[in-house]
Amino acid sequence: MQKLWSLPCPPRIFMAASAVGKEEYRGPLGEKFDYHDDTDRFGGDTWEHAEEGLAYKTLTLALNKAHLLPESLDLLLAGDLQNQCVATSTGLLPFGAPFLGLYGACSTAGLGLLVAALALAATDAVRTAAVVTTSHNCAAERQFRTPLEYGAQRTPTAQWTATAGGAFLLARDRGRVALPALMAGRVVDSGLSDAANMGAAMAPAAADSLLCYFAQSGDSPAAYDAVVTGDLGREGSAMLSYLLEGQGLFLGEKHLDCGKLLYDFNRQDVHAGGSGCGCSAAVLAAHFLPLLESGAMRNILFIATGALMSPSSLQQGGRVLGIAPAVRLSHVEESDG
Amino acid sequence: MTNQQEYARYVKKHAARSPLLANCFAAFFVGGLICAGGQVLFLLYQSAGMDRLQSGTLVTVTLIFLSALLTGLGVFDRIARYAGAGTLVPVTGFANSVVSPAIDTKSEGLVLGVGSKIFTIAGPVLLYGVLFGALYGAVYFVVGLFH
Repeated sequence: MQKLWSLPCPPRIFMAASAVGKEEYRGPLGEKFDYHDDTDRFGGDTWEHAEEGLAYKTLTLALNKAHLLPESLDLLLAGDLQNQCVATSTGLLPFGAPFLGLYGACSTAGLGLLVAALALAATDAVRTAAVVTTSHNCAAERQFRTPLEYGAQRTPTAQWTATAGGAFLLARDRGRVALPALMAGRVVDSGLSDAANMGAAMAPAAADSLLCYFAQSGDSPAAYDAVVTGDLGREGSAMLSYLLEGQGLFLGEKHLDCGKLLYDFNRQDVHAGGSGCGCSAAVLAAHFLPLLESGAMRNILFIATGALMSPSSLQQGGRVLGIAPAVRLSHVEESDG
Repeated sequence: MTNQQEYARYVKKHAARSPLLANCFAAFFVGGLICAGGQVLFLLYQSAGMDRLQSGTLVTVTLIFLSALLTGLGVFDRIARYAGAGTLVPVTGFANSVVSPAIDTKSEGLVLGVGSKIFTIAGPVLLYGVLFGALYGAVYFVVGLFH
């Protein structure tokens, strides 16, 4: 089975933008984000509407930075965590762009980049594509866990859904970050059913993708400046090391996790770290892409991680399934084609 | 790939654990503080001329009111994050479990939002509390017939 797809003329990311909430701005990467809202409201009167505002704001920032009008978007790929992905479809409605709604749980940023690269490589009709993913802590808490003001203690393995959004603009002939290799990843049954330990539930999917990626590409991790996972957090990262080392793959310092980078564990009570599809998107957009654009990093492997489950499926005895799409991001010189 | 059972065992063994002793201490400390506060209120109501039954009821009502107020002000969950069972077990926890979904679902309307979702957390306590109360009453009644 060919799981790794190489693109002979790799599409590129030419612009990215990020917007975050208060807690994310307080974190170690705070100053790098393009925009933050200390009220977490983003102009919305409810938390669900706030996430719509976040999606709108994030794509607006990216378009403004690139001096593009919404009409120049041939394809808009977006997703979030709310039921039926309503935050992105509603929030991005004003742009009027051809829209594909995506759901990959917290892995949607990786899924979006992968589909955008395929579309750009497949047809001349798509010249500019945008990928937007968001998550909002308050909307996610309400939907997946308990009311916001409910007083309860969380276990240390639980994760903190980030209030964050990331937007990426891609084209075939612009930009300094190319996507030469893609891997969709397989749905992996973690065998676990604990909704308060998503990191451990997603680690087997990340391990499956990583082992497969390095086996099929023939690369060694030494060829990469970093292997960046989406939101495994402290728990999932430890479990990933265990799973990979059992198979003889050692990442060591090369492994970085967006969910661990977003917050300062000493100052912020985020348990095992950040999660949500805005977490990896915002950290990739604000932290890793500038490093790749400048050439400070030449190659990274971005593995977004998603837990595919619903509260109802878990209550009915279901297990948490994981998915981890992988995208290689490489520094290239700008060539105005 | 390591098989699923082996992985589940590994996760169970190595997952970060809640600080049990510290949590117990916080729960007993805050829970005790709430009970001591309740006792002070009880004495105050009694000194204001209420009898024991009235004072007890007023203490409960006061604690429920304070919990609801603190929940509305967004303070209760911050205390509970530290106190755990200390705020959950007394009547304060029950008040919070009713008020927090009410606040949360206000945006979905008074009938289908607040009305239908206010007991999403307290529901099991109400259902089984009433059910077993009724069962106990029936048993008590039948036993009473033979005395």
